[in-house]
Amino acid sequence: MNTEIAILGVGMHPWGKWGKNFVEYGLVAARAALADAGIDWRKVQFVSGAATIRCGYPGYVAGATFAQALGWQGAQVNTSYAACASGSQALAAARSKILSGECEVALVIGADTTPKGFLAPQKGERPDDPDWVRFRVGITNPTYFGLYARRRMGLYGDTQEDFARVKVKNANHGFGNPNARYRKRFSIDEVAASAMVANPLRLMDICATSDGAAALIVSSLDFARRHGRGDAVRIAAISTVAPTFASEILEMPDLATDSAVAAEAHRFRSALPRKAYEEAGIGPADVDVAEVYDLSTALELDWYEDLQFCPRGEAARLVREGVTSLGGRLPVNPSGGLACFGEAVPAQALAQVCELAWQLRGAAGERQVDGAKVGITANQGLFGHGSSVIVKK
Amino acid sequence: MGKSKVAALPGWFSLDGEPHLIGSRCTACGTYYFPVRTMACRNPACGKDDLEQVPLSRTGKLWSFTDACYQPPEPFVAPEPFVPFAIAAVELEHERMTVLGQVTGGIEVSQLRLGMTMEIVLEPLFADEATESLIWKWRPV
Repeated sequence: MNTEIAILGVGMHPWGKWGKNFVEYGLVAARAALADAGIDWRKVQFVSGAATIRCGYPGYVAGATFAQALGWQGAQVNTSYAACASGSQALAAARSKILSGECEVALVIGADTTPKGFLAPQKGERPDDPDWVRFRVGITNPTYFGLYARRRMGLYGDTQEDFARVKVKNANHGFGNPNARYRKRFSIDEVAASAMVANPLRLMDICATSDGAAALIVSSLDFARRHGRGDAVRIAAISTVAPTFASEILEMPDLATDSAVAAEAHRFRSALPRKAYEEAGIGPADVDVAEVYDLSTALELDWYEDLQFCPRGEAARLVREGVTSLGGRLPVNPSGGLACFGEAVPAQALAQVCELAWQLRGAAGERQVDGAKVGITANQGLFGHGSSVIVKK
Repeated sequence: MGKSKVAALPGWFSLDGEPHLIGSRCTACGTYYFPVRTMACRNPACGKDDLEQVPLSRTGKLWSFTDACYQPPEPFVAPEPFVPFAIAAVELEHERMTVLGQVTGGIEVSQLRLGMTMEIVLEPLFADEATESLIWKWRPV
């Protein structure tokens, strides 16, 4: 059974801190994707929105919010919430509707307006909510990034300079990306001079939170062919698997792992791309380009191993040798990644797919990965959510 | 007169005797939980409902560590001025689980290394004029 769908159009609103309503960003991204696809909005049969939880009721019903903003035209609407993987789950919902024959063409969209500083829990005293409890104890998101980074240093001999190299690389990649928020090159010394946040990670090692929006127009392959777009890049896999008990690694927002007394410990991050590779019928050696969730510089290195780009413990070598830089064998985060974008939660997983679409079309300009035919995304968020999407020519 | 001492997270640790975390253990498959769990065992191969409260090991090996150089947002209650603190993730060998917590005051990241033995102590998380709210912290042995 063919499980592929076509990406007809992609669009973004540039990332930043623009101080506007998230709907405005979404509208810009949606119109850009529609124009890119050459599809009239009234032809779209399904709007699959990724929810934002920081923008009131319209954010919880994002699919309907964007459908109304573009002008109600009778399409079906749906909204997905899956923390950082919300965009991928919205994409998976659209794929299901398309493959079942329930619709032919869909808009998938996520947009956010974020507050400044640490992502904080919702208000109120909620000792039964692990996300409330960990902030009560003083555990922020960078705490987890710091723990993972220090663990790499202790087990594999990674250095803070290795982590800084990831920032230097991603800053170089994103320098010319018009959708990136931070377009400034950094040296290793400049990263090392930034303030310590969660030892061994400094401010320049950790991604910011941003406003932004990303949208895709996706369709059945048949619809693409009928509209002269039989050559459109395709989505070959969408993995949104949940973890398997018992957890091996402390995950946000928990204060403890599962106990591995009676069940084998599993690493959630590895499970996400593994399922995507299976679904697409390809392996890591087939990948030409990747967009991975560099919430921190050190976390990008963890992803290299979870994506099976190298054996466990060898990721720092890839960044040292330039393998994952533009011009290297397997460029990672040619968009500049979260280092240059900052995180706009419901839009971010879709932004990763937008970048792969541009790369595989050969339309990425100065950040083009030459001859890219297969790309993979990797992303992970709170409460057992994550995703990995494979895009191919 | 001293301040009265209460648990910042009631039921998560013992205020009497030697300090220890309070967890649960599935009587069927032996899986441990922290904090206390009253609903079904989460091991999908088990799924039984009989969980008993148990004290968890007081010591473990340092899995990793970091610190908080900036004041965390609410509901964290910060002293004025904010004092940075180290944070430890400690593997409990018997329970085969890793537990996160602040490191006892005055210990810096430079004094920690992977694999060190750490033990549970109780220290104030925050205080007002009458009450000290205690939390578990990890201290190098």
